[in-house]
Amino acid sequence: MESLHSIILTLVTFLPAIGGVLILLIPRRDRDIKVFALVISLLAFVASLHLPVHLHRNQPGFQFEIDNVWVTSPNIHYHMGIDGISVWLIVLTTFLTPLCVLISWTSVHDRVKEFFILLLLLETALIGVFTALDLFLFYFFWEATLIPMALLIGMYGHGRKVYAAVKYFLFTMIASVFMLAAIIWLYAKTGSFDFTVIQTAIHNGAVPGFASASLWLFLGFFVAFAVKVPLFPLHTWLPDAHVEAPTAGSVLLAGVLLKMGTYGLLRFNLGLFPEQAHRNAPWIMILALIGIIYGALVSLVQPNMKKLIAYSSVSHLGFVVLGIFSFTTAGLNGAVFVMLAHGVATGGLFMLAGILYERRHTYLISDFGGLATPMPQYAMFFLITVLASVGLPLMNGFIGEFLVLSGAFQARPIYGILAATGVIWSAGYLLWMYQRVFYGQVTHDVNKTLPDLNLREKTALAPIAVAALVMGVAPLVWLAAIDPAVQATLASFPQTLAKVVGQ
Amino acid sequence: MTITSILHFLPALQLPLAIQAPPVEDYLRILPELILSIFGMIVMVVDPLLDEESHHKPLGAIALIGTLAALASTFLMAGHPGTAFTGMVRVDSFSVFFHVLVIAIAAVVILSSYEYMAVQRIRAGEYYGLILFCTVGMALMSSAVELVLIFIALEISSISSYVLAGFRRRDAASSESSLKYFLLGSFATAFFLYGVALMFGATGSTNISAIRESLTAGHHDLLPYVASALMFIGLGFKVASAPFHVWTPDVYEGAPAPVVGLMSTGPKAAAFAVLLRVLIETKAPGWFWLVWVSAALSMTLGNLGALVQSNVKRMLAYSSIAHAGYLLAAFAANPDLGTSPAMFYTAAYAAMNVGAFAVVSHFANVGEKYVTLEDYAGLGKKSPVLAATFTFFLMSLIGIPITGGFFAKFYVLNAVLKSGLNGLAIILVINSALGAYYYLRIIVMMYMQESRSEVPVTAVPPAASLAIATCILATLYLGVFPGRVLDFTTQSARQLAHDPVTTLSLRQ
Repeated sequence: MESLHSIILTLVTFLPAIGGVLILLIPRRDRDIKVFALVISLLAFVASLHLPVHLHRNQPGFQFEIDNVWVTSPNIHYHMGIDGISVWLIVLTTFLTPLCVLISWTSVHDRVKEFFILLLLLETALIGVFTALDLFLFYFFWEATLIPMALLIGMYGHGRKVYAAVKYFLFTMIASVFMLAAIIWLYAKTGSFDFTVIQTAIHNGAVPGFASASLWLFLGFFVAFAVKVPLFPLHTWLPDAHVEAPTAGSVLLAGVLLKMGTYGLLRFNLGLFPEQAHRNAPWIMILALIGIIYGALVSLVQPNMKKLIAYSSVSHLGFVVLGIFSFTTAGLNGAVFVMLAHGVATGGLFMLAGILYERRHTYLISDFGGLATPMPQYAMFFLITVLASVGLPLMNGFIGEFLVLSGAFQARPIYGILAATGVIWSAGYLLWMYQRVFYGQVTHDVNKTLPDLNLREKTALAPIAVAALVMGVAPLVWLAAIDPAVQATLASFPQTLAKVVGQ
Repeated sequence: MTITSILHFLPALQLPLAIQAPPVEDYLRILPELILSIFGMIVMVVDPLLDEESHHKPLGAIALIGTLAALASTFLMAGHPGTAFTGMVRVDSFSVFFHVLVIAIAAVVILSSYEYMAVQRIRAGEYYGLILFCTVGMALMSSAVELVLIFIALEISSISSYVLAGFRRRDAASSESSLKYFLLGSFATAFFLYGVALMFGATGSTNISAIRESLTAGHHDLLPYVASALMFIGLGFKVASAPFHVWTPDVYEGAPAPVVGLMSTGPKAAAFAVLLRVLIETKAPGWFWLVWVSAALSMTLGNLGALVQSNVKRMLAYSSIAHAGYLLAAFAANPDLGTSPAMFYTAAYAAMNVGAFAVVSHFANVGEKYVTLEDYAGLGKKSPVLAATFTFFLMSLIGIPITGGFFAKFYVLNAVLKSGLNGLAIILVINSALGAYYYLRIIVMMYMQESRSEVPVTAVPPAASLAIATCILATLYLGVFPGRVLDFTTQSARQLAHDPVTTLSLRQ
């Protein structure tokens, strides 16, 4: 078991990439490639389950650590490790990828081989982002997510796919260069890329010139993460990318890629620069609030189903940022939980939208109506996912938003009040969309004969529905691991408030 | 009057002439150059004996064997560190590094020319001979520690490359390229020579160690500054750094694509080696702002120029100007920090750029007809492997992880920031973001556009595949396991700056 513990992170991270490379060797028989990709992504999921099962919940610090020298000069380490926050993000990634493979089974028919190679490479890069504890390694994986995602959008998307892919690429690339500059500055002053080493050095005041540079360093990291989240007003790439991306791309984009940003804020902006985080919290929280309300209002008027879901992501991710910068246990716990819940629910919504697109080749809400009649099972899955996303009690969306709101209230009541309107808005736009698509008479004749879900689609959607319910009913399974990690992050903050949940 | 009586006067003339034959080790220290020259001559001799139609293949094979033998002989050379031929040549880990680099470049270029020559119907056996002679010059540039010998080596490599640029004789652009390169190139080397003369005037020597002693002794007047600036102009031309870059797009556009792969990496690496030697070892004054301004200009002008190009060869020409700028940024850094990243960068740049041009030269097809950006539309569908390969090299040129280009840029930025050159670092960062755009245009073209015209894509022949595979492996190796190469360059840099004459431990 000991030996497995020391390699499990490497295994989980690189298993998909190895699979991707092996696909190169498989001849172009689409079916074989799909089955192989599914098997690999399922194996990665099973392997990743080892992590939460064997994670010692109350043990502080990082676990399953691997720390090998990668390059001696500069001092780069292959340093990986996880805590109660990153473990769930890894499982979220490995959970969504097999579903992405299933959902792309028939919708991708051109250049199938490249598609699944890119998907698996993307999975490795995503897991790597959540496991890396060396800032260089982190940046390495961070940048490595760029090309596969941009190619997935640009090659397999629709409409203005090239514009969307290039916009996505340039936004993230330019923003992350600032993070690189900040990382190198830290390395130049501390001689290490190691997260814990740098954190200790900053904490002990052993970094020369840190006091004057800390604001710029904070902003360097912040810009890179804020673009990814995306925080208002840096969100403009997201609707384009989402609408034009293929379904699997949208699922991973909303489900995991956006969380790279919030994870980064939590781990690095709070972990390395607590004082600056505290000082800059007011305007960041205001931006988050604007994001919540603006995203919701724009969603309300979207004629395009996918764009509606995309803007709802802007709104939901606003909750995450609000929770993170409330610096309360409840707020941070809630933020992490919203990340997971949003990954499941919005991932599910994009899968559902994709299923509809495969049948009708349109995302326009006005092209549908009364779909509950020809597609009852589809309507049921859609309803479950919508309710999860809305935040109905006993569904996963509720727990996270409730915790974030209570955290926001503790930080400053007006923030809580404003953010709470976001919950109402989200009920509005999602349920209204649901009503227009599913209820009433079938308005278009073509829709009368739409086939309901087939077995493959049901297999892809069932895990989403189950996860949304289980996470809503038994959130403590997740929170029990998240809470100690959140406590550790908050330990460096002055006004930590009472624990709300936990053991 | 006997010979001995003439020799009697020589010491008075300060001519360091040893009449007895140099020891055998001296020949071992220039063994790669000797082997390359011998094989170059074999190519020239065998050429007329062969049948006109089919003579490319054996000549290419001979040239390839020559480079491989030379590559193997660098081990022997590395085993005998020290100076040779009365202090004209020095073997240290620095020169070994550049020997291996330029000879490897030549080998890969020969491989990528192997079928190209037949496709383009270029009938000239001296092509391979010239590549070998060019390599002799480049290799010698990195081990010469005598300004006059450096100049001769520079001329050997330059004159060969002038001729190589004009090899597509049926195409006017190629002749134009050759003539332009020749005229401007000889103009630039004249500047270098003038600088050498002034340096001799200022210090009384053309030997680098002697110059260093003289310059560190103090009391500079204006002369060394002028000499440094003039030498920088000459070398700036060779590395295509702004404002001496204007020739680059025209020459690269006209010259045969494999030759551009050579020209844009080999002579550049060698010229950078000379620049490093002259800059670090002599501790010449007045370099800093020259290099700083040239670096900033090259990055910016190179990237801005590349943004508007529709011809892939021209685009890569501008990109090579930008990359020269990134490299010079490392020179502007504190030598203790900047030398090793600069060396690493030359290697990474060589791997990715030779590879990119190998793809371009295969794709260009007969008469280099298909070189515009539109021609690449839909390549991802027509030839997935070729497109994926090209994407990989472009990713490295952008600086995306798991490629050598990523680490190279990272090390340079690291050195620049550590030296406190925040202004230059900001310019570098902005430029690398800017640069991403035009490389991305090619990727977008290949994968996200439908092919509009009938562009034939032939299967990649074996030798070219081997060349491309070598470049991929090298780029990947530098991107995933940069440690060994980096240790080597760090050690070379330390030797260069602190104890240039003492022996070295190469084996690690």
